[in-house]
Amino acid sequence: MSARFNLAFSIALTHVRSRVRQTLVGVLGVATGVGFSVMMAALMEGSQRDFITQLVDALPHILVSDEHRAPSPQPAEERYDAAVIQGLTTKAIRPGIKNPYAIMAAISGWVDGAVAPSVQAKAVVRFAGRDRTASVIGVDPKREGQVSKLPTQIRHGTLEDLYRASNAIILGDGLAGKLGARTGNVVAVTGGTGQVLLCTVVAFSHTGVASADDSQAYMLVKTAQILAGQTGLVNEIRVKAQDVMSAREIAARIEAETGYKSVSWQEAHEDLLSAFEIRNLIMYMVVGAILLVASFGTYNIISTITHEKTRDIAILKSLGLPEALVRTIFVLEGLVIGLTGTLLGFALGYTLSLAMGQVEIKSPFMDATHLPIFYSPTHYALAAAVALTASLVAAYLPARKAASLQPVDIIRGAS
Amino acid sequence: MSAAPAPGATSAGAPLAGAPLIRAENLSRVISGEVPATLITGANLSVDAGAFIAITGPSGSGKSSLLYLLGLLDLPTTGEVYVEGRATSRLSEDARAALRLEKLGFVFQFHFLLPEFTALDNVLLPMRARGRLKPQAMDERAHALLAALGLEDHGRKRPDQLSGGQRQRVAIARALANDPAVLLADEPTGNLDTHSTEQVFAILRRLVDEERRAVVIVTHDLALAARADRQVRVVDGRIVEGVDEGVP
Repeated sequence: MSARFNLAFSIALTHVRSRVRQTLVGVLGVATGVGFSVMMAALMEGSQRDFITQLVDALPHILVSDEHRAPSPQPAEERYDAAVIQGLTTKAIRPGIKNPYAIMAAISGWVDGAVAPSVQAKAVVRFAGRDRTASVIGVDPKREGQVSKLPTQIRHGTLEDLYRASNAIILGDGLAGKLGARTGNVVAVTGGTGQVLLCTVVAFSHTGVASADDSQAYMLVKTAQILAGQTGLVNEIRVKAQDVMSAREIAARIEAETGYKSVSWQEAHEDLLSAFEIRNLIMYMVVGAILLVASFGTYNIISTITHEKTRDIAILKSLGLPEALVRTIFVLEGLVIGLTGTLLGFALGYTLSLAMGQVEIKSPFMDATHLPIFYSPTHYALAAAVALTASLVAAYLPARKAASLQPVDIIRGAS
Repeated sequence: MSAAPAPGATSAGAPLAGAPLIRAENLSRVISGEVPATLITGANLSVDAGAFIAITGPSGSGKSSLLYLLGLLDLPTTGEVYVEGRATSRLSEDARAALRLEKLGFVFQFHFLLPEFTALDNVLLPMRARGRLKPQAMDERAHALLAALGLEDHGRKRPDQLSGGQRQRVAIARALANDPAVLLADEPTGNLDTHSTEQVFAILRRLVDEERRAVVIVTHDLALAARADRQVRVVDGRIVEGVDEGVP
C-alpha cells in the first residue's frame, strides 16, 4: 500500500510541478484565503479581548448597591390580601447599605479577592467663576487599589494624597481642564443637600475615557459622606474576584445573602457580550466565505488538470492502476496545493497581523492606541482545517470523475 | 528483454494447466445509442504461449475493438474472455485492472508514455503500481529492460527528447515491466518509419521466439502481418479469416 501511495504521491507532485502557473494561482488563492482569515481572526479576537479587558479592569468585578431587585413590600400589602397604595414618593437621598462594614467583613470571609466601600454623590464643582456638575465618588485609598485600577490612573500625585489635606479632592483631568483648576487650588463643591465643602485639588485622574474624565471626582469616603449629608453612608460595595469569570456566581450569592442588588461585570455588560457572540458568528462566516472562495480556485485547478490529463488517466488505468489509486493521485494534488497554500497563508497571516498591529488609532474620546491583535494557534489551526477540508472536497469531486473514466473510450478517441 | 522474470511476478509461460493464455468465446460488442453500433460480433479466438498473431482488416472493421476486448480494456456485450482459464466478464473493474497489471502488457500506436516522466520512470510505473518488488530490484529490472531494447543511455530522457522509434521501444519496455505472458499491441508501428518499424518488429519476434511470450498485434501493414505466425482478418466486426475452429 505504501509503495502505491508513494507512486500516487510522485505522480501528483509531478503534475503540480509541471503546471507552475496553475499551481501558483491555486496556492496563492489558498494562501490569500488563509492569510486574511488568520489576520481577521487575530484582529477581531484582539479587539474583543481588549474591549473586555477594559470593561473588566475599569470597574470592580461586582458592584453591591443600596438597591433591591424588587421594591420592598408596603406594610399594608403584608397585612391585607388587597390594598391600594397611592401617592408614594421616593426619598430624596439614597438609603445606603445597612451595616456595610459587617457585610464587607462577611463577603471577605468567603470571596477570594478584595472588597472596598464607596460613596456616590452628585455635586457641583465651582472654581474661578466656572461651575461643572460632577459625580463625586468617595473611596478608601488603602482598599481601592485592590478593587480597581484607579491608583494607576492618578496624575500629578497619588491616591494617598487624599489623606494630605482635610478636604482633599482628585478631579478628572477633563473636569479640571474645564474648570481651569490645578493642583493646590481650592474648589467649592456643593452636594445635593446644599452642603458646601471647600476642597483642595491634590491630583488628577485620567481613565482615557473622555466622558468619565470630564465628570468624575474622587474624595475620601468620610468627606463624601459629609458632602451627601449622611454620616456613615456607604451606597456601594466594590468587589474584585481573583477569578474574573466567577463574578456572576459570587454576585448571585452576595445578593442571596444580603438582599442588596449585586451586579457582576457580565450582567452589567450583557448586551455587549451577546453582541460579541453575534460578531463572532459573523467573523466565522466571513472567514468561512473567504476560504470557500479559495476552495473554488482549487476545484477549478484540479478540474483543469484532470481534464488535461484525461489521456494520462486512460494510460494509467489501461496499465492496470485501480480506480482508488487514480483518485488518490488527484486528491493528493489538491492536498499539495492546499497544504502549500496553507503554509504560505500562515506566513502571510502573521505578517498582516504584525502590520495591522502597527496601525495607530486616534480618537477624540480615547487615548491614541494601536489596533489590538491577539495571536492564537487556534486561528491558524482553524484556518488550516477549513482550507485543507475545502481543498480535499474541491479535489475529490474531479478526482472521482477522473477515476471513473473508461480507458477504452479515451484510447479510441486518441487513436 | 532478456531481463530475468521479476521475483513474485507471474511467469510468462505459466498459465493454468492446459488453458490458453487468452480465450475469446463468441464475443460481441455493441455500443448502445439511438442507432446501436456493432463493433464485434461472434468472435472466437485463442491465444497460446508463443503465439504471434496479427489482426488485420480495413479501418473501422473492429480489429482494435477485438484487441481491447482481449486485453480486458472493454467489456463484451455477450460472450466471454478467459484469461488463463478464468472468466473475466463478471469480475469487478479493480479485479480486471489487477489482471491487466499482472498478466497483460499493452503497446499503443501513440506510445502513450506519461510526458512529464523520464523513460525510466515510465518503465518503473507498472512495477510500482504492482508493488511486489523492492525499489532496488525494480530499478535494476527497468534498467535491464531498457538496455535489452537498446535504450540504456536514454533512461533519464523524457518522451519529448526521444525519437518515435525510441518512444515505442520505451512503451514496449513498460509493457514488459511486470513480465506479462501476453503482449497486446495496437498498431505499434503505425507511426514509425521503415527502420524503426523493423526494429520494433524484430523485438516482438524475439519476445515470441526466445521468451515464449504470446504477442497479438493489430496492423494495417499486410507485409508485416505476413511475417507473424498467424493472421486473423476482421471485416465488419467478424473474423473472416483465421477463424479459430477449435473454439466452440
